[in-house]
Amino acid sequence: MGVSVHGGHRAPSAGSDPHHLSPRCDSPAHHPLPVPSPPCSPASPLLRPPSSSASKIDSLRSKVDLLKLPLALSTKSISERKRQLGGAGERRSAGGGGGARTARSPPTRDMDNESQYSGYSHKSSHSRSSRKHRDRRERHRSKSRDSSSRGDKSVTIQTPGEPLLDAESTRGDDRDDNWGETTTVVTGTSEHSISNEDLTRVTKDLEESTPLECKRFIGPALGGCLSFFALITPLAFLILPQVLWRDTLDSCRTPCEGLYVSLAFKLLVLLISSWALFLRPPRATLPRFFVFRCLLMVLVFLFVASYWLFYGVRVLGPRERDYRGIVEYAASLVDALLFIQYLALVLLEVRHLQPAFCLKVVRSTDGASKFYRVGHLSIQRAAVWVLDRYYNDFSVYNPAVVNLPKSILSKKMTGFKVYSLDENTTNNSTGQSRAMIAAAARRRDNSHNEYYYEEAEMERRIRKRKARLVVAVEEAFTHIKRLHEDEAAASPKHPREVMDPREAAQAIFAPMARAMQKYLRTTRQQAFHSMESILTHLQFCITHNMTPKAFLERYLTPGPTMQYQQQSGRGRQWTLVSEEPVTSGLRQGLVFSLRRLDFSLVVTVTPLPFLRLGEEFIDPKSHKFVMRLQSETSV
Amino acid sequence: MSFVPGQPVTAVVQRVEIQKLCQGENLILGFSIGGGIDQDPGQNPFSEDKSDKGIYVTRITPGGPAESAGLKMGDKIMQVNGWDMTMVTHDQARKKLTKKREDVVRLLITRKSLEEAVKHSKGSHPSHLPAQTNARTTKDRVVL
Repeated sequence: MGVSVHGGHRAPSAGSDPHHLSPRCDSPAHHPLPVPSPPCSPASPLLRPPSSSASKIDSLRSKVDLLKLPLALSTKSISERKRQLGGAGERRSAGGGGGARTARSPPTRDMDNESQYSGYSHKSSHSRSSRKHRDRRERHRSKSRDSSSRGDKSVTIQTPGEPLLDAESTRGDDRDDNWGETTTVVTGTSEHSISNEDLTRVTKDLEESTPLECKRFIGPALGGCLSFFALITPLAFLILPQVLWRDTLDSCRTPCEGLYVSLAFKLLVLLISSWALFLRPPRATLPRFFVFRCLLMVLVFLFVASYWLFYGVRVLGPRERDYRGIVEYAASLVDALLFIQYLALVLLEVRHLQPAFCLKVVRSTDGASKFYRVGHLSIQRAAVWVLDRYYNDFSVYNPAVVNLPKSILSKKMTGFKVYSLDENTTNNSTGQSRAMIAAAARRRDNSHNEYYYEEAEMERRIRKRKARLVVAVEEAFTHIKRLHEDEAAASPKHPREVMDPREAAQAIFAPMARAMQKYLRTTRQQAFHSMESILTHLQFCITHNMTPKAFLERYLTPGPTMQYQQQSGRGRQWTLVSEEPVTSGLRQGLVFSLRRLDFSLVVTVTPLPFLRLGEEFIDPKSHKFVMRLQSETSV
Repeated sequence: MSFVPGQPVTAVVQRVEIQKLCQGENLILGFSIGGGIDQDPGQNPFSEDKSDKGIYVTRITPGGPAESAGLKMGDKIMQVNGWDMTMVTHDQARKKLTKKREDVVRLLITRKSLEEAVKHSKGSHPSHLPAQTNARTTKDRVVL
């Protein structure tokens, strides 16, 4: 990867570190951490494994090993350890990632003008809340990575027979017609050798700027070659006798010409429909073979091969003289190709249109869910289908928004200390932790109260900032107006400076910048919008005569993920995690998940209900009514 | 006063005899009835059980023969001259009451206060005979 990170998590490593590590260790006062123990001091050394090497891999291996231990330790120490590791990892990466990050700092500049600008400007701010927020994000990220590392191990074990890494290397040898529905999945080991935010971001950037993978185009290229070969075969059948033994051919005038015409038109139809249906850039690479497409290619290959075989043996060999028969033979090949194309149309395009299953897609981090209807698809095709719609329907994943602030949750665990008086503590470790949890549950705590008030406070703050932002934007928009052509000539007395949209945007951006920055910080969206992107959006809105409200809709509601994507041709990396082989079809009760680096989408399949529609005939004359009476008669 | 359809009804009734008054060419009794099996029982203000479709006295003209006979508003009419009034339509009830050939109608009516009076009298004086009123009414327990 080109980023070398070293430096351990202990204090004595101050000598060999890049510049950012030592100042932070020496002056913890600059960054008042909410962590109970300053990360530089070797607190609770008994938790660290006795490995003395300070390399990152070892520390990570230790982290994984520790988490695999039975719960002999209280949860508090686990979370504390994670904090320390996260904090240590963050500083390590800050040192190591800084080198790679400064190179790409200008494009990702966000609205932070509190600190001096560096590659990780949001990290070096001095406010306590943002530091706490960063730690929260950090912990969240490391925790999610732990779970996914565990999950990833289970994937490689459970995929039937073929671990993902082997697919690229061994498949090519087995079959002739293996053209590259090979996996492009990055397996777990390379993905999880990083443990911190900066390096994650570096990885994401690098992955998006890797050179174009050739494997993506092997499949379509092979298909293209095959179809080209199939298309020129009839022409070859016709031309070869003419070229080779023209003199001995029986001449056939009218019937052959009729056949020529029909052949030409059928070939034209084949060409046009192939172009319309199949000549499209592929939108996804699947981890396994796309079964129908492979089937069709094999079929085409077999057809053409057998036709050539027959032709070679029966026509080219004995130099057949009946030219009309040859032309009819070529015409029959074109008919067969047309039928195969009909089959391809039905299998690839039409079959999955009729809905048969209902998919529930839930995002694992914040529970955003949607329901979709699909037809009969294989698991991998259904995954691609779901991801297509994910980018449009789901609001963007914001790692900064967590469920409960840790300050509320952690209060439950800090009140208890469990001392065991036995010699062997490993036996009742689970019993100990269970007792602690039960005791904590029985205790009366007011964390729901705090959560409620904190939510209300946060909402109030957001509304306040939003009001300020809306007012600022409205005022800013009143400063400019569009200049019509006749106005320019009609007012020579007041020469106003004429600006193009970019300059106009820059002119009115200044008064609203502060309000915008504060609002984005409060709603934790500042990572998604850089100053440059806001200016570009402002320019866009001015050009199209949009009102301030239209300008703000992009920032007031988190839009779909598609809105935040940069246009890159490299694509997004998703991992399909499934217990069934991914080429099997959807059926009831199937669950698979699509994993990205820090979140995953869990998909559940249920079949659509069978509808029994009955009929009831109502005679239009049968609609009769009576009044509800309560009459009174005097007698 | 609620009952289960198809089961025998037990009620404390009072016999009321009303002489019809000749007014012009009509014979009137001086009260109005409401209810019936073709009517909406939920709108009956006098019934305790709102599914009771019996015939109820809804209005008494002051000074009429019904008032002097002792009929009260809210009474449920159980029988008219022997004809049952618990399962009749409104029109049938009207017809039974307004037969031109009869100038006397003998009604069996029931009301809530009768039950309580009987209970009270039974409870306090088990051997006490029911009292005779001015309007020649007797209190009887009737099984219909």
